[in-house]
Amino acid sequence: MNINLTLIGQSVAFVVFVWFCMKFVWPPIVSALNERKTKIADGLAAAEEGQRAKAQAEEQVTQVTNEAKEQAQEIIRRAEKREAEMVEEAKGTARNEGDRILGAARGEIEKEANMAREALRAQVAALSVAGAAKILEQEVDEGAHAKMLDNLIEQL
Amino acid sequence: MASSEPLTTTGYIKHHLQNLTFGQFPDGTWGLAHGAAEAKAMGFWAIHVDTMFWSVFLGALFLWGFRKAAVRATSGTPSGFLNFVEWIVEFVDENVRGSFSHKNDLIAPLALTLFVWVLLMNLMDLVPVDWIPEIAKLMGIEYMKVVPTTDPNATFGMALGVFVLTLYYSIKVKGVGGFAAELTMQPFEAKNPILKVLFIPANFFLEFVSLVSKPVSLSLRLFGNLFAGEMIFILIALLFSGGAILAVAGGVLQWAWAVFHILIVLLQAFIFMTLTIVYLEMAHSHH
Repeated sequence: MNINLTLIGQSVAFVVFVWFCMKFVWPPIVSALNERKTKIADGLAAAEEGQRAKAQAEEQVTQVTNEAKEQAQEIIRRAEKREAEMVEEAKGTARNEGDRILGAARGEIEKEANMAREALRAQVAALSVAGAAKILEQEVDEGAHAKMLDNLIEQL
Repeated sequence: MASSEPLTTTGYIKHHLQNLTFGQFPDGTWGLAHGAAEAKAMGFWAIHVDTMFWSVFLGALFLWGFRKAAVRATSGTPSGFLNFVEWIVEFVDENVRGSFSHKNDLIAPLALTLFVWVLLMNLMDLVPVDWIPEIAKLMGIEYMKVVPTTDPNATFGMALGVFVLTLYYSIKVKGVGGFAAELTMQPFEAKNPILKVLFIPANFFLEFVSLVSKPVSLSLRLFGNLFAGEMIFILIALLFSGGAILAVAGGVLQWAWAVFHILIVLLQAFIFMTLTIVYLEMAHSHH
């Protein structure tokens, strides 16, 4: 157990080993560890970001769905309104058409009636003249008595 | 006590505590010392071949293994040995971060080297005391002390390295004046210039002792613990020569002491590393 050159030898070995460790062992291991740390941190951040994006997308989906539902409701509502309107319109048109047909029919009837009346009147005039001629047993001058006859027809 | 020549207990212990020393004999020739007296006669210019071999071998083993891991280290999923290496590196890194508050790229690798190297050297203590010396004897090597940290040269050598770094960083961070002031202007402080000068010798004495005691205590703590552990292993090994009952008792004791010694081995390596970090932290900070 003498103190001798071993002391110096050990010191030199110590210096060489520490130098080697500092140059070739420590830096690659620590840089790998740090790199891994960053990688993990990045991964966790990305996962969180993904979660947030997913939540956002879900929210958007809900929103879009709601909007679509509202729109559908609106369209249905409008369609119903339009349907009612169309029915109303059709009803109006039908009524008008009916009125028109009724009016035309009435006119026709009036016309027919008038024609019948005219015919009747003419026949009555003829009958009246014939009747009067029979009564008077004489020839009635139709031309002379036309005015009287017309008056008679008017009173019919 | 597996030895061919008749050995006394004292001889056995002495043999185990003798390093394989290479140096110059008094007659001028160079060679390996045969026995403690010859080794002592060689003086300072002799070298413990076994201590140097095992410490360099274990240090190289550590650097080889860790370098292999460092080359393979990626930011991907680690596995196997790389995992183990990363665990140690993170452990050391955490300790350095905890005790060392300055920016210095040397401290963490230094701490890692000391921790693993000292741990490996200490672990040699768990190899049964006669195995490697007996193999060495078969190869014709007379002495073989396999635990470098039971050689004060090894522990002092490392502590000396740490001490030089402490001085270097003290002067680098605080300047020569700042370091000198730290050695002479405290713990006794005075506003009066005359008193200040008067306090210098006392301050210097106290600070110098505390400065020098750091590497001494650092190395002696490690050496003392491991030397004592080794000594107990040697004493337990003596039991194997005392008949069947003592041999069984020796086996049990050896196992028990080895288990307990794992704690010491680990703890001393950790303490050596932590104190190194603390001393360097003190060198970096102003008082």
